[in-house]
Amino acid sequence: MKKEMSYRDSIHKMGRVWILSALAMLLAVPAAICIYYQAWPPMSGILKGLLSIVPIFWTVGVIEVFTYVPMLGTGGSYLGFVTGNLANLKVPCALNSMDRAGVQAGTEEGEVVSTIAIATSSIVTTVIIAAGVLLLSQIAPVLESPVLQPAFENILPALFGALGVVFISKDWKIAIAPLVVMIALFLLVPSLASAVGILVPVGALISIGVARILYKKNLL
Amino acid sequence: MEFNSNSAFLYIIVGIVIAFVLLQSVVFFVKAWRRGKELGMDMKALKKTVGTSAVFTIAPAFAILLGVIALSNALGFPLPWLRLTVIGSLTYEATAAAAAANAVGSSLAERITDPTIFSTIAWVMAIGIIPGLVLVPALGKKIEKGISNLESKDSKWGKIFLSGLFMGMISAFLGLVFAKVHIGLVGWIPVFVMFASALLMLICGLVRKLFNAKWIEDYALPISLLGGMALSIPITNLVMSLVG
Repeated sequence: MKKEMSYRDSIHKMGRVWILSALAMLLAVPAAICIYYQAWPPMSGILKGLLSIVPIFWTVGVIEVFTYVPMLGTGGSYLGFVTGNLANLKVPCALNSMDRAGVQAGTEEGEVVSTIAIATSSIVTTVIIAAGVLLLSQIAPVLESPVLQPAFENILPALFGALGVVFISKDWKIAIAPLVVMIALFLLVPSLASAVGILVPVGALISIGVARILYKKNLL
Repeated sequence: MEFNSNSAFLYIIVGIVIAFVLLQSVVFFVKAWRRGKELGMDMKALKKTVGTSAVFTIAPAFAILLGVIALSNALGFPLPWLRLTVIGSLTYEATAAAAAANAVGSSLAERITDPTIFSTIAWVMAIGIIPGLVLVPALGKKIEKGISNLESKDSKWGKIFLSGLFMGMISAFLGLVFAKVHIGLVGWIPVFVMFASALLMLICGLVRKLFNAKWIEDYALPISLLGGMALSIPITNLVMSLVG
């Protein structure tokens, strides 16, 4: 038990240094552009731009921390939140890996598997995008060919359709209610599509609520 | 200094940040790998995690690359490359860039040549993603403690709680698949693709049972994802021909 604490504590320590350094570097990029090109933008321009995205994106950002940190574990979170593409890549990758390895999220074994999955996924993504940017003249015509467009447009349905089978078949009792509500919601208010991040915790609250009732009644 | 959104200067600073993040991935990988060994975990299973994660990542990574290409028309390559490799996500970056361009009276329809407009976009894209980077170090430990308290109090409920969280995410994204149904048959395409991919997943499970092919289980998700994406092409063509 003591060992477990010390491993997680060391990840926290290391993670904080890495994540805050990443933040500093990320802000250093626009600063460097301004200095090098002597092009400081007017504050009003930045504020106006921020005003149109911050209300939604910061809200989603906060929600993502509360929903994904418990799933990804300590190391996975420090890495996943820096490398990004959480909902469309890192979280499904970590969930599937933990499921396959037969380990539970929240345990130290789950933590190890999730971190390895996210690190591998990040490295592969970085390499593919870097190679893609370098070899763009050869790759772009293929990637942008109209024949392949439906495949890239439908990556989320293809991903969550398969992932859904795995997790719904495991816990179908707590899956039905949030699924019905979410499908109904998107059918009735299609414009919610741009705010799907905000609906993740809504779905979670519904399924956890239903799970609590079933659990109390000894039905799970 | 003459501004060019594909300048060597931009490639260099972006390259440094990407190298830094790549290093972070390697450091965390090594740390987790060593811990797995210490815990006496099955190293074969961990190797499999590496293999399946790598294979699974390929298709989404190409989709992300497509996002870089889409943004590069207006912003050149270095900035979209950075923003989609580090923290960014497809949906966020395009929206943030468009909003920033719009705020300074420009648009992403053409190449940005004014460094002031370019730096405004760069600032807005960077500031927009701050919360995760600040809140994970600030709250990560507390959230983790909350979960482990939950599990130590009632471990069965702790597990169910986490499953509920997974289900929240999965149900929201499955619901999203139905968001275009109102536009008619074409809007059903994502729904058909979802069912095709789900069916492939079920077939993988069946093959595993019938032929005792354990390997297929490990690659079931990448197989279903790629298969679903591939099937979306004939599905789209069929729907389009029906619609006329």
